[in-house]
Amino acid sequence: MILDYEVLKFIWWALVGILLIGFAIADGMDMGIGSLLPFVGKTDEERRVIINVVGPHWDGNQVWFITAGGAIFAAWPAVYAAAFSGFYMAMLLVLFALFFRPVGFDYRSKLGDARWRKAWDWGLFIGGAVPSLIFGVAFGNLLQGVPFHLDEFLRAHYEGSLLTALLPLLNPFALLAGVLSFAMLTMHGAVWLQLRTDDVIAARARKAVALMGVITIACFALAGVWLTYGIDGYRIITQPPLDALPDPLGKEVEVVAGAWLDIYTTCPLAIIAPVLGFAGALLTILLSYIGRPGFGFVTSALSMAGIISTAGLSMFPFVLPSSTHPDSSLTLWDAPSSHLTLTVMFWAVVIFLPIVLAYTIWCYARMWGKVTVQEIQERSHSAY
Amino acid sequence: MIDELFVDLSRLQFAVTALYHFLFVPLTLGIVWVLFIMESVYVMTGKEIYKDMTRFWGKLFGINFAIGVTTGLTMEFEFGTNWSYYSHYVGDVFGAPLAIEGLMAFFLESTFVGLFFLGWDKLSKRQHLAVTFLAALGSNLSALWILVANGWMQLPLGSEFSPETMRMEMTNFADVVLSPVAQAKFIHTVAAGYVTASMFVMGISSYYMLKGRDLAFAKRSFSVATGFGLAAVLAVIVLGDESGYVLGHAQETKLAAIEAEYHTEEAPAAFTVIGLPNDETMEVDYALKVPYVMGLIATRSVDKEVKGLTDILKENETRIRNGITAYEYLLKIRQGDKSEETREAFDSLKEDLGFGLLLKRYVENPVDASEEQIKMAAKDSIPPVAPLFWSFRIMVALGFYMLLVTVLAFYYNAKRVIAEKKWLLRALVLGIPVPWLACELGWFIAEYGRQPWAIGEVLPTFLGTSSLTSGDLIFSLIGFVLFYTFLLIVEMFLMFKFARLGPSALHTGRYHFEQDAKAVKPAPAE
Repeated sequence: MILDYEVLKFIWWALVGILLIGFAIADGMDMGIGSLLPFVGKTDEERRVIINVVGPHWDGNQVWFITAGGAIFAAWPAVYAAAFSGFYMAMLLVLFALFFRPVGFDYRSKLGDARWRKAWDWGLFIGGAVPSLIFGVAFGNLLQGVPFHLDEFLRAHYEGSLLTALLPLLNPFALLAGVLSFAMLTMHGAVWLQLRTDDVIAARARKAVALMGVITIACFALAGVWLTYGIDGYRIITQPPLDALPDPLGKEVEVVAGAWLDIYTTCPLAIIAPVLGFAGALLTILLSYIGRPGFGFVTSALSMAGIISTAGLSMFPFVLPSSTHPDSSLTLWDAPSSHLTLTVMFWAVVIFLPIVLAYTIWCYARMWGKVTVQEIQERSHSAY
Repeated sequence: MIDELFVDLSRLQFAVTALYHFLFVPLTLGIVWVLFIMESVYVMTGKEIYKDMTRFWGKLFGINFAIGVTTGLTMEFEFGTNWSYYSHYVGDVFGAPLAIEGLMAFFLESTFVGLFFLGWDKLSKRQHLAVTFLAALGSNLSALWILVANGWMQLPLGSEFSPETMRMEMTNFADVVLSPVAQAKFIHTVAAGYVTASMFVMGISSYYMLKGRDLAFAKRSFSVATGFGLAAVLAVIVLGDESGYVLGHAQETKLAAIEAEYHTEEAPAAFTVIGLPNDETMEVDYALKVPYVMGLIATRSVDKEVKGLTDILKENETRIRNGITAYEYLLKIRQGDKSEETREAFDSLKEDLGFGLLLKRYVENPVDASEEQIKMAAKDSIPPVAPLFWSFRIMVALGFYMLLVTVLAFYYNAKRVIAEKKWLLRALVLGIPVPWLACELGWFIAEYGRQPWAIGEVLPTFLGTSSLTSGDLIFSLIGFVLFYTFLLIVEMFLMFKFARLGPSALHTGRYHFEQDAKAVKPAPAE
């Protein structure tokens, strides 16, 4: 089956969204748990319980991050090229924080020394908290536009050294988005922790769900208001036909107040996304409170799907708006790969993603059960 | 024009991060199969010692694997962060194998590797064996897709340049995947990983034998490794990466540079064993040559010639001139000329566009290039010979050393006298770093030999960079070196600690360091 180029361009926009949501649900959970580790676990054994909740799965979950990166490379090479080099310092910060995770999980409990273990606990905290925050900051900057332009050979350029460009990335709106992202991923991690542990750890995790859930809702609401009244959106005035060969310089773009809300009038159904974001978080708090963290996990996943979709839909069809040269902005119509590559990659995802989901679920099912202090004591030399 | 310092820093950072990453990859590629063999024996025979072997070598694998994953994270994003124009220019083709690697291979490896480590009590014997197999398969498939991507950089098949989108676009996915260069690289690279793992297991087992500890454990581990290693080391040498070098012009250049073949010789060419390559005079001083051998190695025939660098240089100069014309037509098309004549004229020359781009090192617009600049660009089109010539010879010598010790180990092990051959055991312990050195040299040859191209004859390396500054790169390069070195030190510390401790690390109560303690108090019930 050969799909139209225009249809495939749209499908790939949705697929990148799905991969990002998958990343938030799987790897975001581990990061959230990393952020909670030093606070929810007070003793070494409690911390080992927390680590072993994600122990067998963190590596598979992290592949969502890598695959999302690879898929953006393959499907939107222009975005991969401009975004990751434009966010150079932010990207380094994320990578350096993530470096602590694989080694942290594997090395922490290999030695008995208390200082060694505490040091890795904080390493795992950094590996969870910093990326959670920066991913939100990145989205916050996308919504405001990024200062880049493309030259006639489609090379991306930025103003000045990026070393000094890290600070402007940390502007108030972006920081708000960062806190939102941190809170939602931590809420998600906490509800999983509540599900997979017992006693005092589960009780502390339950408190964390409530706190993070409230912050999520508050930040999401505030960001929505800010986006409506304080941040100019981008709107396409003219552009080549949607099935044309990608030409990021072939369109005209205007920057106008309120343009980020266009989608909600052209496609009223889009309102489902923010509603899901709020309702999911609210339900998660309630379900966690009444002791049903399993359902809470589902609702927190839905909440994150709603919040991420809200950002993506509001920017539709933009993917990487340029604040300095709006015409250089990248959209889902003019940033993609060729028709053939999108087709090949589409089938790769259609075939492999269900297989991945199937064996991932099998792995979770085999490793199911609450992780307890007693179990850690019994398996002291083989557990993380 | 081009900020040479910035380009060099970008290249250095990529080289450093990639070479660091590949310190951990080869062991993973091989040891997963060693683990699978050990565990298969355990499942078939039910002998507990094979389970202990799987778990103990698995522990060492885990220490290595964690840092392999860590350094691998950088690689997935470094094209975007530091090779932004490269990513735009070839992402349409190059991104696909990378993304498929994630979907098809890395998910498989990573999802199951967690259960390999922590699923012993929760899975049945057969389930656990299946998990080990799938993790092993995933890691090797990962290598396949990465080498498909890398093979395409060496010889860009199945794609063509599109002036409208100003990038390379895929025309045939099967040609990209089934590239003979990629296949040759895959076999060579995974086999090198298998050799690395067997040298590692043999070396550490030798240490236990020399110390007289855990002999049953050590000898069984040693046996698995020698059998596996012998097959692998033969594969690495016989199916050398060179087999791919006769395909495609850029690969020919690399071959000529490796062999310091400055002048085309009549077939079958002689092989220069050793000598002093001189890029200025384009001669090899004090050359020691063996007739016929070069032709046999490189072309697998006695009648095909191996092209020399002086001839390649002349051809490249012509192609640079064609490239200038191609660039002129490209500019016209980019400025909106949609006429068929222009398009046809461009298409007839676009194979040489990359050569025209080589001039961008010296002039903004290649059309304005002077004669002198064309000569300089032609000179740039072949890599410096001496580093490749020497790296290759050292790599091959190390390969033959590993062949020798593996054959001896296999022989004495089969005769069941290995524990008495102290000199060989010592050589194996001291030789543990050898496969790593050979692997790193192999990558150096493959990638330095590709210069000046990022994508063979399509995109010069210096054009592929991001629009960053040298300051950014110095900052990040120092960061990577410090962080990676810190991690490497921690990794080596744990690796030495657990390798010295041996199977006693499993706390089963059955091994050397637990025997004294056992005499005092009874072992805890399992």
